[in-house]
Amino acid sequence: MLNVKRLLCGLAAAVSLAATAPAAAALNVLACEPEWGALAKELGADRVNIYNATSAMQDVHHIQARPSLIAAARRADLVVCAGAELEAGWLPLLTRESGNAKIQPGGLAYFEAAKFVTLIDVPARLDRSDGDVHAQGNPHLQTDPRNIAVVAVALAGRLAELDPAGAAIYRERAEAFATRWKAAIVRWEARAAPLRGVRVVEHHRAFSYLFRWLGIEVVGYLEPKPGVEPSTGHMAQLLETQRARPAKAVVRTSYNDPRASVWFAERAKRPAVMLPFSVGGSEAARDLTSWFDDIVERLLKAAL
Amino acid sequence: MQRKIMALALAACFVQAPAYAQSAADLAEIRQQLDAMKRNYESRIEALEKRLAEAEARAGSAQQQAAQAGREAQVALKEARQAEARQAATQVAQGTGGAAGRPQSANAFNPEMSLILQGRAARLSQDPATYAIGGFLPSGGEVDPGKRGLSLAESEIVLSANVDPNVNATFIAALAPEGGVNVENAYFQTLGLGNGFTLKGGRFFSKIGYQNEQHSHAWDFVDAPLAYRAFFGGQLADDGVQLRWVAPTDLLVELGAEAGRGLNFPANDRNKNGAGLATLFARVGGDLGASHSWRTGLSYVRTRADNRSWDDADSTGAAVTNAFTGRSRTWVADLVWKWAPEGNPTAQNFKFQTEYFRRSEDGTLAFDTATPPATLTPGLTGDYASRQSGWYAQGVYQFMPHWRAGVRVDRLSSGRVSIGQVASGALTAADFPALAAYRPGAGSAMLDWSPSEFSRFRLQFTRDRSRPGVTDNQLFLQYILSLGAHGAHSW
Repeated sequence: MLNVKRLLCGLAAAVSLAATAPAAAALNVLACEPEWGALAKELGADRVNIYNATSAMQDVHHIQARPSLIAAARRADLVVCAGAELEAGWLPLLTRESGNAKIQPGGLAYFEAAKFVTLIDVPARLDRSDGDVHAQGNPHLQTDPRNIAVVAVALAGRLAELDPAGAAIYRERAEAFATRWKAAIVRWEARAAPLRGVRVVEHHRAFSYLFRWLGIEVVGYLEPKPGVEPSTGHMAQLLETQRARPAKAVVRTSYNDPRASVWFAERAKRPAVMLPFSVGGSEAARDLTSWFDDIVERLLKAAL
Repeated sequence: MQRKIMALALAACFVQAPAYAQSAADLAEIRQQLDAMKRNYESRIEALEKRLAEAEARAGSAQQQAAQAGREAQVALKEARQAEARQAATQVAQGTGGAAGRPQSANAFNPEMSLILQGRAARLSQDPATYAIGGFLPSGGEVDPGKRGLSLAESEIVLSANVDPNVNATFIAALAPEGGVNVENAYFQTLGLGNGFTLKGGRFFSKIGYQNEQHSHAWDFVDAPLAYRAFFGGQLADDGVQLRWVAPTDLLVELGAEAGRGLNFPANDRNKNGAGLATLFARVGGDLGASHSWRTGLSYVRTRADNRSWDDADSTGAAVTNAFTGRSRTWVADLVWKWAPEGNPTAQNFKFQTEYFRRSEDGTLAFDTATPPATLTPGLTGDYASRQSGWYAQGVYQFMPHWRAGVRVDRLSSGRVSIGQVASGALTAADFPALAAYRPGAGSAMLDWSPSEFSRFRLQFTRDRSRPGVTDNQLFLQYILSLGAHGAHSW
């Protein structure tokens, strides 16, 4: 057993020597989703080092705790996630396996956006026969820019607490971001005004917050139940209801398989439109602002 | 949004719940701001407060109203917005306002609880009672293909929770269909050791290799690979402690060691102080682009066995019990590679896993231990040494949502076995039929359908050549259901 201990300690020492981490940024931020990575970058600029655990092409409900994610969790000084059980299938594994005491749930370095926002679609009952239900409500809160404004304030505060030396910078950048963002919201609301009252069919309850914000009405979902893959039977039924209340477009996220919405759109004779689910979900969605620009433009193009 | 912020600010002002976080000065400041706002927007705020109370009380059913109230508030409170939000956020960050409207009860502290139900139908061309892995000492675990016909498999009850801020604990009981409860896992794991260290203690599956730590309901095939059955009796579980360290590197580098009681094969419970089994493991893993990820590792298991006995028949066909005493060392090398387009496994994905096992055992072998010591012929205990190996490789492809197909190849080699009694001429190789040189193998193909992430139905065909010169054609139909709050599965 003594040999075992010596060997282990030796290996540990060798690896820690080899891993001379660059100490340029003050905080290593592990963002569960790219929108929170982009937001942290807006607020922290050079003081934060961002690692996005997922991309807008991935279904955040079903991520595997890959080795690279455990390594990233090990190095993280702050974890920024949507919360509301969205990452329940993989984040607990990352925090537990990482051996990183800082980022454990409940701590200062474990930031959940949903804690700062009132969630919608809170289920009246919890039963798995209702599909993939989130007890706390719909976790896709990033699709309403007003939510992002609120989370930005909270996140800036958290960054300042974790990195007091940069507190002034975070505050300054948060204020600048708030001003820019407020103006952008006014611009998007004006641009999207014609969308108010427009009806759409959606693949998953992914853009509930966006549609509530813009006054768009969802008349049906391709998924028979949240998280359950669209079936032709269910979609055929949905097509029937289209006669009475036709939708202008069939909306899916950047990570959804396009086949279901294309199938439905062809039969409903409506355009199928992909909306980037986060920063990086489309060519144009390079940062938070251009992401919402793209969402609004894509909706306008498809639904009007 | 403003509604929520207002709620938090109001809660802080009027309820005065956060006795420890807010100074009197802060509260006074908030109150002042609120008074100012009230003067300006008296009527609107009153309406808002009323709606707030309603909305909070019904927690969610008043979402539409709340949204409307939020819109009003946006107009009304545009000026006060930033300062308000910052203060509210600080309160939430300090944990003083977030629980507004959420009912608290002792019940909420109950552990995560889940139940795994498994059952199957099997068609086996050979009698499972005759099952043995040729050329290998019987490992005593759950190695045979199980019952023929319809049967219930083990049901598992899983309880898991954080004990306190420092420790998480998990308990898994396996309920055998014929009755009886087996404590499969019961362990704690530290959360806050820090610097990449994690300490685990109790009864758990060793972290050696790749599949060893996975529970049977997470396996990609009905049964464990032949190599796991021959070298670890299906799965290496022990009572002990485990220390792991994750390096602060871009690549995953994980090192660990375990010390255990030596409860199960290849060890046996030896009634001694100190550790009876020790393992070492190291693994490295990472991504290749967005679509590929990989992990590879090397593990070492060192233990001793004391009169680890097995039943055999001597050259005359008489039943005898033999026993091995000595040192057992096993190396396991593993490699896993996963592919998912753009890292999104929901529609399609592929998983390849392979593990190689090599074991050497050195010690003494006692022939026919049941013979009374008085009649013991000299030379019936002799030296024993074996060098045995085996591997498996499997690929599982999800070709469309919910549907996966996979194949597995198993190969073992009984390798070099030297028996002192045979070398000295006291006995012949025919007196140890279980150790006769043989290369067991198996090939499996499976198809499974998972209507949701909580249920799976699997069809598997296996052509098993574990027994020397005998082919067992096995057909399985299996279901696995997961009820309740089941923790995430490891990669």
